[in-house]
Amino acid sequence: MKPEAHTDENLLQRYPAAFKPQGWWGYLIALTMSAVLVYGLLHLGFSLTKFIAGLANLGTFVVLMFPPTYGETSDLIRYLNALGETVAIAFLGTLLAAIIAFPLGFLAAKNATVSQVLRFFARRSFDTLRGVDMLIWALIWVNVVGLGPFAGVLAIMSSDIGSFGKLFSEAIEASDQRPVEGVLSAGGSRLHGIRFGIVPQVLPVLISQVLYYFESNTRSATIIGIVGAGGIGLTLSEQIRTLEWQTVSFLIILILLTVTAIDFLSNRLRKAIAGDAQTSI
Amino acid sequence: MGSFFAFKYEQVQTVQLTSSETATATLLSAYEKTVATQRRAFRFGLIGLCLAVFLASWMAEVDLLKFVENSGNFSNYIGRIFVLDSGPASGRFVLNDIVSWYWGFSKWTLKLLETLLIAYVATLIGAIGGFFLCFLAAGNLGVSKPVIFITRRFLEFCRTVPDLVFALIFVLAFGLGPMAGVLALAVHTLGALGKLFYEVLENIDQKPVEGLIANGGSWTKTMRFAVLPQVMSNFLSYGLLRFEINVRGASVMGFVGAGGIGQDLIEAIRKFYYPDISAMLVLIIISVTVIDLFTEKLRHRFISQRH
Repeated sequence: MKPEAHTDENLLQRYPAAFKPQGWWGYLIALTMSAVLVYGLLHLGFSLTKFIAGLANLGTFVVLMFPPTYGETSDLIRYLNALGETVAIAFLGTLLAAIIAFPLGFLAAKNATVSQVLRFFARRSFDTLRGVDMLIWALIWVNVVGLGPFAGVLAIMSSDIGSFGKLFSEAIEASDQRPVEGVLSAGGSRLHGIRFGIVPQVLPVLISQVLYYFESNTRSATIIGIVGAGGIGLTLSEQIRTLEWQTVSFLIILILLTVTAIDFLSNRLRKAIAGDAQTSI
Repeated sequence: MGSFFAFKYEQVQTVQLTSSETATATLLSAYEKTVATQRRAFRFGLIGLCLAVFLASWMAEVDLLKFVENSGNFSNYIGRIFVLDSGPASGRFVLNDIVSWYWGFSKWTLKLLETLLIAYVATLIGAIGGFFLCFLAAGNLGVSKPVIFITRRFLEFCRTVPDLVFALIFVLAFGLGPMAGVLALAVHTLGALGKLFYEVLENIDQKPVEGLIANGGSWTKTMRFAVLPQVMSNFLSYGLLRFEINVRGASVMGFVGAGGIGQDLIEAIRKFYYPDISAMLVLIIISVTVIDLFTEKLRHRFISQRH
């Protein structure tokens, strides 16, 4: 038998679904989204002249950034010190948040909690902690413990307790219940069930998440200095405001290198500790 | 505590059973050995962690004494922002007089809407940019190596420099106002989404692509009919996730003069208008939570469509 020729007509006959019009919903959504976009651009004061003038300014800044320099050796030492402080803030903030969120995560997980009321409150508290941006936390902590890196540590801790609490409880809820049943049927208590049934399953996932956050917190820690909570952000914003572009580019390069190094380090650690444990987004 | 940490029997089970007595002895010694190795590794890690904590505490000037001294301040602060400081109900809990707590409701709501608009426009611009660039950064679509390398480094730069640093620079270039905030968030979004997008692209099924190429489809047609249908739902999901993140980011853009509610918030915090702080924070938290819930529903719909 001769195979049928693939003409447009018989393709249409054989796969009607593939040629069906997509419906007007898609167009309506696209239209609304572009309308809001246009309104937003107008409302937020976008104009072509402003944009072009701004780009020209930006071009000047970029030209002025080369070559990157750091000035005196004493300045360099100051910058490196601030950079170390930044990494220290990220590390301590993440660690404290992880330690505090660990028990709270169990409290907020459906399969490990002690009471539904507590679970509800734990989840809402996480939402509240996460809803406030880290920089706002930094401002609040600066008012409480004064200017300096310690406020930064507490700011990272506050906002990350929320994120970790949510992620940890989700990981715990996704764990396999059979080991827990095994422990319970062998006469273990509920606490034993959690310790030997759930913790070994979720620990690699949790550690891997904590390392991810350490990376991203290193980035965040570079900016909390803008509100006076320690780290390199203060120096950076000072240099930007005084238009010292060559130092600005030097500091940005320094930050990029540090973040890349931390990325590399935490990647290695994650592979070593967690193997190929899957993390959700 | 010791027995609480020692519970691992997988390796022990493989020991050959000969007679019950020797078997018990072998089992015990094998068990001890496994546990001892584990404990050593655990202790080693713990010591390393303690050293790192010590070093970091020194770097970050952690002063526990000062913390204990000032820890009362925190609850004090939280208490104060929920107490009215003017009007007839002055000195009482804010809920006693919601009208004077939210005296600036219309002003703040407008600012909040501006914040949401900043996040929306920035996410959309960044996502469109990321969408076009991700095809040049994916390693499996026949793009030349140098192009991939340059695109990836560019995306890396965009997402590693914090958005607030871009905002600081853009405020000087484009002037004070929301435009600088939008552009700063958009650049950061471009970098973040571009990376997520090209990772999605690299995980696609290659068979439809091969099919189109074998039938003589051009590069653009291959992308449109073989690649896009596979990745679109993931792209949308990531875009929505980014919108959530950008709403938070936009709420602090005002700290450096780049528009949104942050301007009013930092003023209230710096000038100690206590009840205003809580009023604005509650507004922000509510809107962020509502948007989170809404986008989560939408994302689950997009993702479940695929399976």
